[in-house]
Parts: sequence; structure tokens; C-alpha cells
Amino acid sequence: MSIRERLSGNEAAATAMKQINPDVVAAFPITPSTEIPQYFSTFVSNGTVDTNFVAVESEHSAMSACIGAEAAGARAMTATSANGLSLMWEMIYIASSLRLPIVMSLVNRAVSGPLNIHCDHSDAMGVRDSGWIMLFSENNQEAYDNLLMAHRIAEHKDVLLPLMVCQDGFITSHSIENIELLEDDKVKEFVGTYKPEHYLLNSEEPIAVGPLDVQAYLFEHKRQQAEAMRNAKKVILEVSKEFEKLTGRSYSFFEEYRLEDAEIAIVCMNSTAGTTKFVVDALRNQGIKAGLLKVRVFRPFPAEEIASALSHLKAVAVLDKADSLNAAGGALYEDITSAMYIAQKQVPMINYVYGIGGRDTTSKEIESVYTDLQKIVSTGKLENPYRYLGVRSK
Amino acid sequence: MPYNLKEIIAEKPVRFTAGHRMCAGCGCPPAMRMILRALHPEDHAVVSVATGCMEVSTFIYPYTSWTDSFIHTAFECSAATMSGVEAAYQSMKKQGKLPQDKNTKFLAFGGDGGTYDIGLQSLSGAMERGHDMVYVCYDNGAYMNTGIQRSSATPHFADTTTSPAGKVIPGKMQPRKDLTEILEAHHLPYVAQTIGVNNFKDLYEKAEKAIYTEGPTFLNVLAPCPRGWGYPTDMLMQINKLAIDTCYWPLYEIENGVYKITYKPAKKLPIEEFLKPQKRFKHLFQPGNEWMIEAFQKEVDDRWEKLLQLEKATSEPNAEAK
Repeated sequence: MSIRERLSGNEAAATAMKQINPDVVAAFPITPSTEIPQYFSTFVSNGTVDTNFVAVESEHSAMSACIGAEAAGARAMTATSANGLSLMWEMIYIASSLRLPIVMSLVNRAVSGPLNIHCDHSDAMGVRDSGWIMLFSENNQEAYDNLLMAHRIAEHKDVLLPLMVCQDGFITSHSIENIELLEDDKVKEFVGTYKPEHYLLNSEEPIAVGPLDVQAYLFEHKRQQAEAMRNAKKVILEVSKEFEKLTGRSYSFFEEYRLEDAEIAIVCMNSTAGTTKFVVDALRNQGIKAGLLKVRVFRPFPAEEIASALSHLKAVAVLDKADSLNAAGGALYEDITSAMYIAQKQVPMINYVYGIGGRDTTSKEIESVYTDLQKIVSTGKLENPYRYLGVRSK
Repeated sequence: MPYNLKEIIAEKPVRFTAGHRMCAGCGCPPAMRMILRALHPEDHAVVSVATGCMEVSTFIYPYTSWTDSFIHTAFECSAATMSGVEAAYQSMKKQGKLPQDKNTKFLAFGGDGGTYDIGLQSLSGAMERGHDMVYVCYDNGAYMNTGIQRSSATPHFADTTTSPAGKVIPGKMQPRKDLTEILEAHHLPYVAQTIGVNNFKDLYEKAEKAIYTEGPTFLNVLAPCPRGWGYPTDMLMQINKLAIDTCYWPLYEIENGVYKITYKPAKKLPIEEFLKPQKRFKHLFQPGNEWMIEAFQKEVDDRWEKLLQLEKATSEPNAEAK
């Protein structure tokens, strides 16, 4: 029987880490993810876990230490947000290129500047091409569940890539919600033990990690990384299926909410999906065929699957909680529009940049997006596809 | 057993092999090879190296000169990377995930760029956290890997590509940082400054002590660079000797706060002897620039004098008096 609890998103992440019981956690405090290493340190101090907690002096060192630990043959985890991830940036790429299945909790927050400690997705979007698997979580339950599945995906022999589990800073990280936890022994059995094929601490087989990789080789090594990311798609589905058998909670690349017979839909990630579901239900009661596609797996990007799921719609709005500042559109919007183009699915699509720096996004605003979509459908006109939601014009 | 170079070379395996691409006349490879020889043959080691000459010349895919486990990640985080490896070792050993009868030692390397400058924070953090590892800085006094740019280890007045001796500014106008003292301020159990000279006794013995002292330890090794310093490649050992005979690079160790100078030249040579064979100091010998040599000599003298005082102040009778 599962355990019913009430936990914040950060508590949920720390609890998952406790149950995973990694060999090493190296982390540096940064709002709003600070509580994760805090809670975890308590587990270490009380002997609840076997983990060696490395209280590093910076996030750059946090990721460096995770790389060292994972290469040594250990399971290594960390947590960070925003500027912490920015400081790690160099090491983020090195972690994935060394094919080290490190798992990170990324509690999404706006990257400076100016300084802001609240939620948007600019931190995650900054590392979207770094070769990390990126899972997004609508609520505390999903942040917990995604972490429990993380090692199974990342450590799979066809994948061997680092993985980050994203959740919205404050909105979910500091909100206490009902949550269903698995028993410790069930988690232990599901996650399994880490058995790397080659590792630094194997004195029987010394290895060298992190070479100078010149023109004759780097291209092939990068190609292998790309292949691993493709392989991750299959593994994510397999692990999710197994997780469903264990918990009854179903996960895929994305969640389709009343999408099947919808005419208009919103695509978004993380906590905004909750607000959107509420609006969809209200609109459905009014007879409006509204739906939602909530992206869970952002990297690898399930381009074909998303294009197929959206192909029957009359208009789609993609919500980006980070502005790409490129005079063209947000990152999620660009990924989805190009996925549609490649799949030759012609659906009018607009983009809203929203919720920057923790700006609240209300159900009224989400409703206004559906109203805009209805207008596009009725007039057949799509003007100014790169829009903003909830920003003052003056 | 008294130190015997021939026996050590005959009995201890080479753990840093030939075939690497470091320059002829570089002070680094002989020093590194000797440091690794100080490992007990039955012990396994993990070596981490910061980006720099040493890394890009010894581990070019798919070849490596290192017979122990090796990791390179980036420029500024050799120490932080190794702290993760060591943390993994402690954790896994405690959990019984590693053989209990096998020891692994941890050696992190970095040049002066990766240690005095960009990697100082990561080094300081790793030392303060008390990881059981030795950090070895091979100090060649500039960013040699990128083409001889000044670092905070670059000596006063040296001509580098970012502190060129020009018509208005005659080289690097700042004295060099004293990293060994910064590490001593971390109150480590063992800190030493050494060099590969004569029969390498000083280097070997300090390396062995650093590797086998429990906790974080630090070695600062002067590693001359023929390209950056401008000396003929066959002159390496003479340059090393001049560095210690002029007291430019004092050999000393600090064990739990107690200073011991391990080499006091019978006749301290004037600093010109060290400066003269090096092209980077050529402009110091032009007429009108005598003040630079005087200033350099004063700096060396002051630091040597301070070191003598520290040795005296921390020597055993005084320590007991406390």
C-alpha cells in the first residue's frame, strides 16, 4: 500500500532522494531549491541514508564533484536553480559528454538579470541543447515520480545520459500538496543498484576519462550522444510503463487532457498545466471544445508524437515560460512549430510568453488564450503569432 | 630505508609513461613521474588533471600516458572533480561496494593557471572540506598552454604575451602570489614547496609524505617552461638548481604548522644568476633597468627572510614553549 502524505515539492524531491539513497550528493544552496540539500543533509546527519554529502563551495564545484563521483562508479545527485545552473553550465555539457547518468533536481527560477528569485523556465531553456534528458513536473507528485524513474532511464545501457527533473520554483517547490509515496523497499527494488561497466575506482581496470578529443574523433562522439538521446525515448516509455504497473500512475512523453476531440488547445509545461486543466473543464461545460497538451519529456523532444497529437486541431497556442529574446518566438513554440512543419501538419499556431520572473498566470488569462484561439478559428486569420500574456504594455 | 634514486627507478613502476607530447626541456613530466613513483606499488591511484599543457599532451584520444585511473573535466575544477571521486570512494568503501583490502590514493594536478587563478576557489573548497587527497600545482609561471599569458604566479617584470615588455610598461608590474602560504592558511596537515633537482630526493620524499598523510595536502612544484621562460631545453636541471640556489624558489615543508626549510644554499646566489639565462627577463639587463633587478632581489630576500623567521618561530622548542 502506498503512503499518503502532505509534502512540498522540495520535500517530495528530497524524499525521493532519500529513498533512492545515492552514494554521493554534492550541492550548493540557491533559492528556491535550497531546501532539497537542507532536508537531505538532515537525512545524512541522522544516518537515514548512506550518502556522502559534499557541501561544495559553488555550483560549478557541485557539478564537478558529481562528475567525479559518477565517473568513480557512484550514483551522484544534486539540486539547483537558475544562476546555480548557469554557473554549472560548462560542467553540464561535460557531464553529458562523459555519458554520466547524474540526476539533478532543477527547481525552475528566472536566470539573472536583473536578479529575481521566482519561477520561470529560463534556467532550463538555457541548457536545452546540453545533452541532458529533461523531464517536467506539473506538481509535487510528478516531481517525486519523475525522480524515482530518473536513474532507470539515465543509467540504461542504451542511454547513459544525465537527467534533470524540473519543477516550478515556489509554485510547486514551496506548496504543500497531497502526495502518494511508495514504500522505501519498493523504491529500492524499482530503482535497483547502479552497476557501471567501467569506473575510476575499479583498480582491476584503470580507465581514463575526459580526453583531448580532436577533429578525428569529437564528431563521432557527439553523434553517439545524439544516438543515446534518441534511444532515451524508448527507454522512457518502458520505464514509465513499469512505473505504472507499480503505482497505477501513468506517464508518457506528454499528457493529453481532453485533447482527443478538442478543436483548440494549449501546450505548456509544469504547473501552468494545472491552471489550464481547470480552464479546460470550465470551457467544456460551456460547450467549447478546448484541450491541453502538457509536455513532460522536453529532451529528448518527442517531435513526431506531438505533431501527431496536435494534428487534428483547428488552432494551437504554445505557452513559453521563458522568452528566447530572438525576435521569433519561445523555445517550446519553435520546437513544436518545426515538428508540425516536418510532419506536414498545417495547424495555425501562436506563442505566448508568460509568467516571467514569477508573474502569476491566472485562469482568466488562460481563458483569454482560448478566446484568442477561437477568434483565429472563426476568422481564419493568424496575426502576430509571437505574443505576451500578462505583461503590462506601459 | 635511505633514499636511493637508482633503486627507486629500478624498483618502482613508471606510472606516467613515455610517448606523451610535452615539450623537450619542460620541468613538468620528470616531476610528475617522480611524484607518481612515490605511490606504494600496491596502491591504486586516481589522478585528476586540470585543462592545461599536462592534460592536452598526455591524454589525446585514444592514447593516454597514465597507467592509473585518470579524469580530466575542465580548467578550474581539478580539485572539485577529485573531491567527488574521493567522496565516492569513502561512501562506497563504507557501504562495502569496494574491496576492503585495496587502497586508492587521490592526486589532483593543475598548472598555475588552473591553481593560482581560475581554480583557486575549487582548490580552497576541496582543501577546507578535508578530502583525503594531495593537490599538486605544477607552477610554470604563466598560462603556457594558451601561449604564455601572465598568471598571478608570473614573476615580477617577466615578459609574457599579456604583460609584454613594452616601451612604457616593462613586463608584468606585479609581484607573484604566494600560493603555498595561502594553502598553509587552510591549516592543512602537510604543505610543501619542492622541485625536481639533483637526485630528486626532495621531490620524492615530499610527494610520499603528501600522498600518505591523511587528509588534504598540497605540493607546489616549480616546473620551468623552455618556451615561456626562454632557456635552451638542455638547461632544465640547471635552471631548477638556480631557482633554489638564489632562493627564488625556497624548498620547505610545513607539517601541522611547523615550518622546515629543506634546503639552505651554502652560498645564496644573486638573483641575476637565475634571471640571466631566461629570455623573459632579457629587458631587465638593459642599461637603465638596474632598478628592476634590485627590486626583484629585494622581493626574493624579503620572502626568504620571512621564511627563515617562520621556521624559527614554529620550530620545536618554540612550539613546546606554547
